[in-house]
Amino acid sequence: MGERRRAHPYIPNSQTQVQEEMMREVGITDTEELFSGIPEDLRYKGKMDLPRAILSEEGLSRHMEDLLSGNKTTKECLSFLGAGCYQHYVPAICDEVASRSEFLTSYAGEPYEDHGRFQALFEYQSMMAELLDMDVVNVPTYDWCQAAATAVRMAGRITQRNAILVAGNINPQRLLAIKNYADPAMTVEKVGYDANTGCVDVSDLVAKLTRNVAAVYFENPNYFGLIETMGQKIAEIAHENGSLMLVGVDPITLGVLAPPSHYGADIVVGDIQTLGIHMNYGGGVAGFVASHDKEEFVAEYPSRLFGIAQTEVEGEWGFGDVLYDRTSFAKREMGKEFVGTAAALWGITAGVYLALMGPLGMIEVGETIMRNSAYAAKKIGGIEGIQIHGFQSHFFKEFAVNFDKTGLTVEKVNRELLSRGIFGGKDISQEFPELGQTAIYCVTEVHRRNDVLLLCDALEEIVHGAEGGRSR
Amino acid sequence: MKRERPLLRRGFHQAKWDEPIIFELSIPGQRAICVQEAEDDVIDEVGNPWENLPEVVRRKSPPTLPELSQAQVLRHYLHLSQETLGADVNIEIGQGTCTMKYSPKVNERFASSSKIEDLHPNQPSETVQGVLEIMYKTDLFLRELSGLDRFSFQPGGGSQAALGMASIMRAYQKSRNEEQDRDEIITTIFSHPSNAAASAVKGFRVVTIYPDENGYPDLEALKNAVSQRTAGLIVTNPEDTGVFNPRIREFTQIVHEVGGLCGYDQANANGILGITRAKEAGFDMCFFNLHKTFSSPHGCGGPGSGALGVRKDLERFLPVPIVDFDGKKYSLNYDLPDSIGKIKMFYGGIPAVVRAYAWMMSLGEDGLREVAKVAVLNSNYLLSRIKKIKGVHIPYAPGEHRFEQVRYSWAPLTEETTITTEDVQRRMCDFGLHYWTSHHPWIVPEPFTLEPTESWSKEELDEYVEALEEVSREAYECPEVLRNAPHRSVVHKISQDWFDDPSKWAITWRSYLKKHSV
Repeated sequence: MGERRRAHPYIPNSQTQVQEEMMREVGITDTEELFSGIPEDLRYKGKMDLPRAILSEEGLSRHMEDLLSGNKTTKECLSFLGAGCYQHYVPAICDEVASRSEFLTSYAGEPYEDHGRFQALFEYQSMMAELLDMDVVNVPTYDWCQAAATAVRMAGRITQRNAILVAGNINPQRLLAIKNYADPAMTVEKVGYDANTGCVDVSDLVAKLTRNVAAVYFENPNYFGLIETMGQKIAEIAHENGSLMLVGVDPITLGVLAPPSHYGADIVVGDIQTLGIHMNYGGGVAGFVASHDKEEFVAEYPSRLFGIAQTEVEGEWGFGDVLYDRTSFAKREMGKEFVGTAAALWGITAGVYLALMGPLGMIEVGETIMRNSAYAAKKIGGIEGIQIHGFQSHFFKEFAVNFDKTGLTVEKVNRELLSRGIFGGKDISQEFPELGQTAIYCVTEVHRRNDVLLLCDALEEIVHGAEGGRSR
Repeated sequence: MKRERPLLRRGFHQAKWDEPIIFELSIPGQRAICVQEAEDDVIDEVGNPWENLPEVVRRKSPPTLPELSQAQVLRHYLHLSQETLGADVNIEIGQGTCTMKYSPKVNERFASSSKIEDLHPNQPSETVQGVLEIMYKTDLFLRELSGLDRFSFQPGGGSQAALGMASIMRAYQKSRNEEQDRDEIITTIFSHPSNAAASAVKGFRVVTIYPDENGYPDLEALKNAVSQRTAGLIVTNPEDTGVFNPRIREFTQIVHEVGGLCGYDQANANGILGITRAKEAGFDMCFFNLHKTFSSPHGCGGPGSGALGVRKDLERFLPVPIVDFDGKKYSLNYDLPDSIGKIKMFYGGIPAVVRAYAWMMSLGEDGLREVAKVAVLNSNYLLSRIKKIKGVHIPYAPGEHRFEQVRYSWAPLTEETTITTEDVQRRMCDFGLHYWTSHHPWIVPEPFTLEPTESWSKEELDEYVEALEEVSREAYECPEVLRNAPHRSVVHKISQDWFDDPSKWAITWRSYLKKHSV
């Protein structure tokens, strides 16, 4: 670095002259002196095996574009994948706000210079609260996994019990995350699902309910896409036992479906990815936790909860952290679980989505989704040998498609679909072997009748040979 | 040509829109977007499927969301964004421990390209070779920077990565049938609070080492703390004070000798990139925050990424899946029999990984070392200038240089003027600058922590120093200005009694209306 050289565009003080000036102020003649606090044997002197820097922005862009061209997206193929990450329409204003410099690059400012960040997140909490019909919603946590796991730990602390019953028809990834997060404080036991309805097996729930059970957790819609109808009953059973009811929910269903608070949920969790956030290869997820405004519940949240307040100027709003002393920021290991950088920007974005959609938009999107998915299920189910779930229940946007009678595996079907530019539904034959060769198909407002017919043609062809493809 | 000018922006006033809460802007009947309807053929065929739903699962009345026109929604949020001071806007060196650096705009193009945004995580691997290659290569780069052998990007941030470490410690001790006996994790008080808190979530008792008189983690205290109950050590280094623990290798040796694992919180590795590594310091695991050192923007508090790396023999405990490469194809590997399972859905904060990859590609080895060098030079330059400000005390490591950040104290100022670091905090935003106090507990009284990173010019650092000088002057000459601050921010001093009283707190607008409507 001896020669005089120009600065790196991201590092203004990489200019030799400036460095010399600053070193004079510090009282050193070589920047090496700055690292004298590191013992010699800990200094890494080796060469790192890193590619040569691409200094030009154009060159970097070309390099990245080349790499990214190795991806085929859901915009380039026809996708019926769901199972925890969903293709929904993202309004332009959502992207506009989420990419604003101020929101994108702020972090932990005070409620003064970051008033807007606090207000945007308070409003997100408030709009989610309307959708959920509950009075408390947190600043987003990482995702639905974390939200569910946190709800479980909250329930443990609130009830002072250490067992949890989890519906066997939830997303298996979530179950894994809950188990890791509960261990070792709480035990997690699965409750079966009813073979006819695909919904929670209430008699199995009753059989497993002990005085140790802090809470019962189920998801609505469940992993098979089915709408749980026994919520009220489960709440009664849980509450009678002194247990809480925790429900995971996809918020985009709530223009049409009753929010879990209406059938007795004590804590509601879920993912806001469906509310205006791109899938991002699964990086678009963000979790919410909601409850009623009871002190014993609020006191158990690990997350930040932004509250509204007045300033010393009449009529001026300010914001701040409600019960900050709960958090690990304030109390380290004595705080509730932990809090850190999670998914705030997605919270702001979901707020924008709800503000854009309004009450009518949320109803309409739910209706479109239900119509499109019902249509797709009907058409797919019309293909000989292919069965739609077989569960006697309603679904929202996902449904189980069974290929047992075709003699084909889902893997084979999906490979064939891929060669036709289609991503078939999520293969769950490993996760739920008792359901045979089953895939979860997801259809939303972004699908068209023609997309469904293209899929059906392809399936016909795959299942019955080339001649089988029916004309549209 | 430049003219001589004061750097301090005395005329600054932040945007102040007196922006109503969005519900107050609602006009029934307005709408901001029309939703795609099902096609006629579809409707003809399926009718209204929700009408077949049992009454009990149907929503009875619409959610009471606000109703606005599209431009109104946009304006509302743009007002709120203008009432926010991001790192793109201010000299964001006041948030020490968080590595607020420039997030190159070109990287936003990659992260928000359709080629990333519109990928579903369950797509067949042959359709996601691009993103898998980026993940795999970012893993390779981080291996070079840490000396460790394999990274997972699943944790959504540093705190979740700390949870990952504590989970691996538990799984590791379990694999040796020592889970029951080893129930303690050791940390230091100047390590991030989440290292302690996440350990507690995994059922460990937390043993906290305090500094010796010079601010270094106390080696004798560690020797007294370790035992057969020790599951591991999780520490931040350089510590929050900007002091590097020079005996870090002895720390890891002592913990290894009793059978514990060692986890390195390298959330902020900005001052040591290519300078010193986890491996040589004896660590079994580490994590890097891609939204800190590796330039992914903080997004008001996420989404970020806490890249969690381990030594070869601990790979089997990582959360699933990890990215493999067989020389031709990239794939997701779920076959880790001792895996802790899942920490987070899918594969983590992918946009942050894409940005981190691009950022490292724009720097290379020399550039990354330059980042560390300049970040530390900037920090010591600030230190040298702030030392001269009346009322400031700089605890610990006397005569030593500091790393990427420094914890300062206004203790003398508070003693002499009763002005506190929180008063300073409220005043600094009057100059268009963000200033943070420090993590709790305040072992260092009246603290503030500055981390200038490599992103700001000398002149910008000088501007920040001028603001601190001005604040110090005011404290001694006209303290009321500080006590009543802010004066030129978005809002004025906020009444704190709304946040801890259950009858008063309002976490949502509906709750506010219930509790405070007249």
